[in-house]
Amino acid sequence: MSYVAIADRDDPHAQHDPQTFLTKYIWSQDHKVIAIQYGVVAIAIGLVALGMSVMMRLQLGFPNSFSFIAPQNYLQFITMHGMIMVIYLLTALFLGGFGNFLIPLMCGSRDMVFPYMNMLSFWFYLLAVLILVAGLFVPGGPTGAGWTLYPPQAVLPGTPGASWGILCMLASLAIFIVAFTMGGLNYVTTVLQARCRGMTLMRMPLSVWGIFCASILGLLAFPALFVSAIMMTLDSVLGTSFFMPAVASLGEAAKHSGGSPLLFQHLFWFFGHPEVYIVALPAFGIVSDLLSTHARKNIFGYRMMVWAILAIAVLSFVVWAHHMYVSGMNPYFGFFFATTTLIIAVPTAIKVYNWVLTLWRGDIHLNVPMLFAIGFIFTFINGGLTGLFLGNVTVDVPLSGTYFVVAHFHMVMGVSPIMVVFGAIYHWYPKMTGRMFNETLGNIHFWCTFLGTYAIYLPMHYLGILGVPRRYYAYSNSIEFIPLSVQEANKWITISAIFVALVQLVFLFNLIWSYFHGKPSGGNPWRSASLEWQTPETPATHGNWGPKLPVVYRWPYDYSVPGAPDDFIPQNVPASDKIPAGHDGHGHDGPGHGGHK
Amino acid sequence: MSLTVAYSALLTGILVWLFLVRKLSAKSWDANTAISAADAHADGFERMPASKLGLRVFLVVISSLFALFMSAYYMRMGNGHGAEANLGDWRAITESPVLWINSTLLVFSSIAMQWARSATTQGDLARTTKMLMIGGLFACAFIIGQLYAWRELRVSEVFTPQNPAVAFFYLLTGVHALHILGGLYVWGKTYMKLAFKQAELVDVKLSVELTSVYWHFLLLVWVVLFGLLLAT
Repeated sequence: MSYVAIADRDDPHAQHDPQTFLTKYIWSQDHKVIAIQYGVVAIAIGLVALGMSVMMRLQLGFPNSFSFIAPQNYLQFITMHGMIMVIYLLTALFLGGFGNFLIPLMCGSRDMVFPYMNMLSFWFYLLAVLILVAGLFVPGGPTGAGWTLYPPQAVLPGTPGASWGILCMLASLAIFIVAFTMGGLNYVTTVLQARCRGMTLMRMPLSVWGIFCASILGLLAFPALFVSAIMMTLDSVLGTSFFMPAVASLGEAAKHSGGSPLLFQHLFWFFGHPEVYIVALPAFGIVSDLLSTHARKNIFGYRMMVWAILAIAVLSFVVWAHHMYVSGMNPYFGFFFATTTLIIAVPTAIKVYNWVLTLWRGDIHLNVPMLFAIGFIFTFINGGLTGLFLGNVTVDVPLSGTYFVVAHFHMVMGVSPIMVVFGAIYHWYPKMTGRMFNETLGNIHFWCTFLGTYAIYLPMHYLGILGVPRRYYAYSNSIEFIPLSVQEANKWITISAIFVALVQLVFLFNLIWSYFHGKPSGGNPWRSASLEWQTPETPATHGNWGPKLPVVYRWPYDYSVPGAPDDFIPQNVPASDKIPAGHDGHGHDGPGHGGHK
Repeated sequence: MSLTVAYSALLTGILVWLFLVRKLSAKSWDANTAISAADAHADGFERMPASKLGLRVFLVVISSLFALFMSAYYMRMGNGHGAEANLGDWRAITESPVLWINSTLLVFSSIAMQWARSATTQGDLARTTKMLMIGGLFACAFIIGQLYAWRELRVSEVFTPQNPAVAFFYLLTGVHALHILGGLYVWGKTYMKLAFKQAELVDVKLSVELTSVYWHFLLLVWVVLFGLLLAT
C-alpha cells in the first residue's frame, strides 16, 4: 500500500479520541492541550523569576534594608531570573506554547505528526523545570554564577551554589534541550509535511514562518548548550579540564589545569545568540499577524517578511562573538562580528518598516492585542537601536558590563517578546477558551505595563552611560564616579518594577475570571482570515477540523479586498467565491467586530 | 580545514538558496493566478512518511551535536582562538588497535542492516529477520569493543582526567556509543515484532529502512570521529 499524504487523510477515527480525564487533560497527546500545559508551566515558573527580580530591585532600591537578601541570594536571584526568563519562560512559551497551539491550526492539520513525542516533550520540560526548582532547595542553594554560567567561577567554591546548584542547573538545561528537541522535530516536520491542501509555504501565516525558523534555529543551536552543559558537568564532577584553567581558589590550587574558559564562551554564545532569535522570530511572526488582522490590512511586503526571517535565521549563527568583545579573544574577530551584527540589522529593520507600513492607512482597531502589538514596535525599536551601540566594538567596550547592557537586552529581549506574548494570549484567548477576556482590564494591563517598563528601563540607559556596573549587590560610597543621584534613580526603578510586577496580577485575574465569566466569543471574533479561526468548533475539538480537512485557496491576509462584501476573506474560501456577508465561521459576530477605532 | 569548511558552507548555501528561491517566490497575495488547490502542495516533503522526514531532521540535530563536540576538541587543542593559545596540557593518546576491530564490526553491522533493508523490499521475511539480528549483534559487539578500549586507556600511562585528550576520547566515544544504544532500542523493538509477534513484513518495512539509515549515519559519524582521533 503506498503512502497517503496527511493532507489526504480525512478519517477522524484515526485520531483515537481520548476517552478518560487522564488521557484528555494530563497525559494528553492533543497539541492544544499540550500547548496550554506548556503555557501554564512557563507562566508559573516565569512568576517565580518575576518574584526574584522584585527581590533584586528591593536590594538595589533600598540597599541593606532586607535581611533576607544577602549578597549570595542576590547573585542567585540574578542567575535564576535570567535563565528562567530566557529559556524556561520565553523559549518554552513561544515554541512549546504557541508553536504547539498554532502550527496545526494554522496549517490545517489535525495535530502534530508525532503526538506521543509531543506529549513526552512537555513532560521532559516539566521535569527540567522541577529539577531547576529543586536547585532552590539543595545545600548551598541555586547557582549564582550569572545566567551565562561562565567558568571558572561557576564551579569554584565561593560562588553560591558551586557544588549542587550548578549541577541542578546543568542537568535541568540538558533535559530541557531533550524536551525541546522532541518538540522541535515535531514543529519542523509538521510544517513541512502536514499542511492541508492548498497551504503552500508562501501561504503560511508569518506566525508559522517565525515559529518554524525558530525551531530550526533551536535544533541547531541548542546542541551547543548541551555540549557545554555536559562538559561543564564533567569538569565539576569528574575533575576534567575542558573549561577549567589552572586556578588557585580560596588559597588552594584547584585540581584543574589548562582548560579554556574562552571555549565555553564560544560554545555558550554560539547557542546564546541564535537563542535571541529563537525568541524573537516567533514574536516577529505573531506580531505581523496581529497587526494585519487588527489593522484590517494585508501585511506589507509578505514575501520580504519571509525572506527577512530566513536571512535573520542564517545570520544569527555568525554574530555570536559580539557578546565577547571584552573576553580577550583576537581583536580581528571583533571586526568581523561587528560587521555581521550590523548586517543583521538590515533584515530586522526591513521588518520594522513593514510593520509600520502595514499600519499606514489601515483601519486600525485599537483593541488589546493591537495595543500590545504596537507597544512591541516601540519597545523593539528602542532596544534594537541600543543594540547598534553595543554591536560596535569601540562603543561596546566602555559600556560592557554596565546597566546600558541590562537596559538594552531587557528592552529587546525581555519587554518586546513579552509584549507579543501578552498580545498573542489576548488575541487567541477566544480560540482557546471560547470566551472573550475583559477589555477594560486588558487596557489597564497594557498601559500600566507599557509605560511601567519605560519607567524601569529608560533610566537604566543613563545609569549605564554613567558607568554603573551590573550584577553588583550594592554600590558603596567608595565608587567615586557613581553620583548619589544614582541611588534616587534606583529607588524610582524599584518602585516602578514593583508596580509593573503587581499589574501582572490583573492579567492573571483576567485570564481566570474571563474563563468562567467572559462573554462567549463566537468562532471568529476578530473577523480574521487565517485558518485557525475557521475551525467548525470553538474551542477546537480533538482533530480540529471534523470529518474533512480544510482546503486553502488564498493567503491569510485578504483584508479589505476591493469588491468583497466584507473586509476579510478566510483562507478556505475559493478564489472565485466572494465571502457571504457576516461570515465568521459560525455566523456570530463577536465583540471584536467593528471594535473601537 | 577552514577553507574546506568555507567551501562546503558556500556550496550548501548555494543549493539551499536555489531551493528556496524556487519555493519562495510565489506571489501568494494573488489568489486568482495562484496554483490550483490540488497542486498547491507539491513540495515533495508530503510524499514521504512523517517518520522518515522526522529522522532526517533528527540526523541534522545529531550532526550539529557532533560538529560542536569536534569544534570544541579542535579549539581545546589550542587552535581556533584566533591567536596563539598553546594551552600546553594536551598529551596525545595512542589509539588502541582494538578501535580498528570495532570499526570493522560497525561496518559489518551497517552492511547487515542494509541487507535486511534489501530483504524487506524483496519480501523475504526470514532473511530480513536474520540480517536484522546479525546487524544488531555486530552493533552490540561494537559497544563491548568500545568498553574494552575504554579499559585499555584507563590503565595507560597518559590516563588522567585532567588530560583533555583522554577526557575527549571518553566523551566523544561515549556520546557516540549512547547514540548506538538508542538505535539498539529501536532495533530491539523492530526485531521483537518480527521474531516474536509474527509481524508481517509490511508492518516493519519502514522501521527496518529507518534503522538502516540511522546505522549508516552513525557509521559515518564514527569514521569521522575515528579519523579525528587518529589524526591528533
